[in-house]
Amino acid sequence: MAERMSGSGLSRRAWLKVGALMGGGLVLSLVLPSHAEPVAEAPDADSEGPAPPVGDVNARVAPNAWIRIHGDGRIQLTLARSEMGQGVMTSLPMLLAEELEVGLDQIQIEPAGVAPVYGNPLLGEQATGGGTSTREAWDKLREAGAVARVLMISAAAAIWGVPESECRARRASVHHVDGTRSLSYGELASRASELPVPPTVALKTKGDWTLIGTSQRRLDTPGKVRGTAGFGLDTRLPGMLFATIERCPVIGSRVESWRAGAAKAVPGVVDVLAVRHGIAVVADSTWAALVGRERLVVECRPKSDPGLDSERLRARLRAGLTGRAAVALKEGDVSLALASSAQAIEAVYALPFQAHACMEPMNCTADVRPDGCDIHVPTQAQSAALETARRVTGLPSERIAVHTTFLGGGYGRRREQDFVLDAVELSMMLKRPVQVIWTREDDLQHDYYRPMTLHRLRGGLDAEGHPSAWFHRIVGPSVLSRRDPARVRDGLDPLMLGGAAELPYRIPHRRLEYRRSDSPVSVGLWRGEGYSHNCFVTECFLDELARAAGQDPLVMRQRLLAESPRHRRLLERIAERSAWHGPLTAGVGRGLALIEAFGSLLAVVAEVSVEAGRPSVRRVVCVVDSGQLVNPDAVRAQIEGGVVFGLSATLKGEITLRDGRVEQSGFGDYPLPRFDEMPEVEVTFMESDEAPGGVSGLATPAIAPAVANALSALQGTPIRSLPIRLA
Amino acid sequence: MITFTLNGEPRELDLDPNQPLLWVLRDHLGLTGTKYGCGQGECGACIVLLDNEPVNACSTPLAAVRERSVTTIEGLSRDGRHPLQLAWIIEEVPQCGYCQSGQIMMAAGLLAKHPRPTEEQIDAAMSQVLCRCGTYGRIRRAIHRAASPEVKGG
Ligand code: FES
Ligand code: FES
Repeated sequence: MAERMSGSGLSRRAWLKVGALMGGGLVLSLVLPSHAEPVAEAPDADSEGPAPPVGDVNARVAPNAWIRIHGDGRIQLTLARSEMGQGVMTSLPMLLAEELEVGLDQIQIEPAGVAPVYGNPLLGEQATGGGTSTREAWDKLREAGAVARVLMISAAAAIWGVPESECRARRASVHHVDGTRSLSYGELASRASELPVPPTVALKTKGDWTLIGTSQRRLDTPGKVRGTAGFGLDTRLPGMLFATIERCPVIGSRVESWRAGAAKAVPGVVDVLAVRHGIAVVADSTWAALVGRERLVVECRPKSDPGLDSERLRARLRAGLTGRAAVALKEGDVSLALASSAQAIEAVYALPFQAHACMEPMNCTADVRPDGCDIHVPTQAQSAALETARRVTGLPSERIAVHTTFLGGGYGRRREQDFVLDAVELSMMLKRPVQVIWTREDDLQHDYYRPMTLHRLRGGLDAEGHPSAWFHRIVGPSVLSRRDPARVRDGLDPLMLGGAAELPYRIPHRRLEYRRSDSPVSVGLWRGEGYSHNCFVTECFLDELARAAGQDPLVMRQRLLAESPRHRRLLERIAERSAWHGPLTAGVGRGLALIEAFGSLLAVVAEVSVEAGRPSVRRVVCVVDSGQLVNPDAVRAQIEGGVVFGLSATLKGEITLRDGRVEQSGFGDYPLPRFDEMPEVEVTFMESDEAPGGVSGLATPAIAPAVANALSALQGTPIRSLPIRLA
Repeated sequence: MITFTLNGEPRELDLDPNQPLLWVLRDHLGLTGTKYGCGQGECGACIVLLDNEPVNACSTPLAAVRERSVTTIEGLSRDGRHPLQLAWIIEEVPQCGYCQSGQIMMAAGLLAKHPRPTEEQIDAAMSQVLCRCGTYGRIRRAIHRAASPEVKGG
């Protein structure tokens, strides 16, 4: 069977392979560069490809199959990214449809299995997060669509004996310009699969786009308004049991003894078993498992850990504000510049632990059999889930299937594997499919939290009131050391530095330090990653400098961005949209923040007042430059939602520890913003031809400093800790 | 034996009357559209209508629905084209979507009582349902859309 590589535009990321589908059709597969390298050097690509195994081409290409055009006209795209509300299930097919010249309605989505070719090079694994999905797919999917389109046109031209220039592709058919002849992609697919792959393909220019940049209805919406979209907890397998796990509440404590008699007496309870994370109650319904768990008696040791409380943890971080630290960035001479500055200010900022609080609590359903294992899981990290199952079961990878359900929120939490381990381990013990459900309390108390951090800032102003020196020390645990220790070098955790190192402002003397200070509390990726703490700190401190200099914060930023036209335009637009220089209602403060992250820029202005002693956000105006928008309304939704998510950390709950355990257990003591507390979020986009940037983590970090700056402006005193509590 | 009406159909169940309606629906009747978010009556992900009144199914024992009528997201409309569902699609409300069954059922209860709700009535009702993805602004627009007789469907 003919298989050829297109080395054109894709060569640096992956190789595109064109083949025939059994039963008629064309398949585009991806081959990783490492596999393709020998091919690149060989003049004859075919001869160097992997030896064609006998049998079904479908089976042969299946592990890498990416885009399939069947003889019956079906067009399938294998989606290797998790849909968690960000709209990838719609925006990625849009990229393909645009170049392939098919309607969005003509593409079917097939969830991907786990394979190296589905990996996300921006994350180094098959995973979804950090606003990478569209960025990673932008060129790849469009080029693949263009290759397939060119092949279809060539096939039609050959059949009709006409030049290709007389053929046009439209809605999954090729039409001849004379208007009398057309062939569908289904009819052309087999023929197209035998044609030589064009060495280069021209992508459509922006002016010719019909889909990219237009708001398309999300394909996952109908199921989500009918209650039919399948989330992790909606998985139902024949013979499936339900389980919940009692975990020791004190961090680091272990089960010492347990009594299951009363739990086992609960009708419906099938078994009570000790597992890695605690004691599992297994039942024929969720309710029976939950009741059984209440009757369970579990003794843990130690029973408490007075040393592990928020105050002491903060004190430990405080000790790191002085003394040695790793230097992440050094430009000019900060000490000298501070000493010679006309005015110098110093501040310490504090942020607490934050939970993800996905509305769908953590869960996983596993079916481990002697011959294989199926995992149904709302996960952001398929390859890690497979690896978890492989380690627990000892099964070879090819016998483990990871089925990604819809995710009831992710925000970084679902990159973790603890909940996968629960289900795989338990199913292996039970020899039956089992769904492990975390209660809300479990979910809040056993999270991988956004770390608690402290920050010391020093800034100097020169005689003209320009910031001349900027010192920032971050004190906090390493997030990356658990996930990817090799990337923590010279005492620096790049994930903790996000946004602090690549400050967009031009300040001649800068120094950034990081003092690692770990604690037994698990920490992980949270929406906006390191930006979610650093942006608060840097944008608030910049406002402190502006106040010290007697300057307007927006004007000061414009000066500091004199050499960055993209940023300056953004600030001009936000000034206009928010009427920054216009009058304000009495009792209302206005605050600005700017963020550059994930290849995007955002400026946000918040208008805040104080009602009954509490901050009330009245209006939020955002201007976004995230390059070319693929599905603008979905981007808008990410900005709106990111603001709400960020407001929770700005104004609402925090995770605190006492006696070694997390104190919060539900939405009563870990409150989230509610409907009546939310202002309308106005979003404006900058026109841009840049490649798309990530947006899911963009607004969350920026809203906190915007609100804090508004309150500081209103009250004349800086706000240096979150969540904001007015005295 | 507990008899009640579920999405217009008579039902008869022989289950623990203390079992919350949420788990009866999800685990025994296969109606997984109603979601578990907290089990503590604080998030509203589990809202269903009980005789047209929104209730948290996680805090409603099966015994409480005896001889009454329960409507879940699956029974809100026959074809998924209830004005609220259409408005939700037009306004592109859902993100992750997990909270949306509860949001829509709460809104359905609101409109059953106040066909043209005021902002205050919308606030009072919808503040009982959390959305971590932050879709509140769109929910408000969708409710207004569904409530205005001139703008239905689309
Ligand atoms: S699950 Fe019922 S209110 Fe949260
Ligand atoms: S849409 Fe995700 S929680 Fe509401």
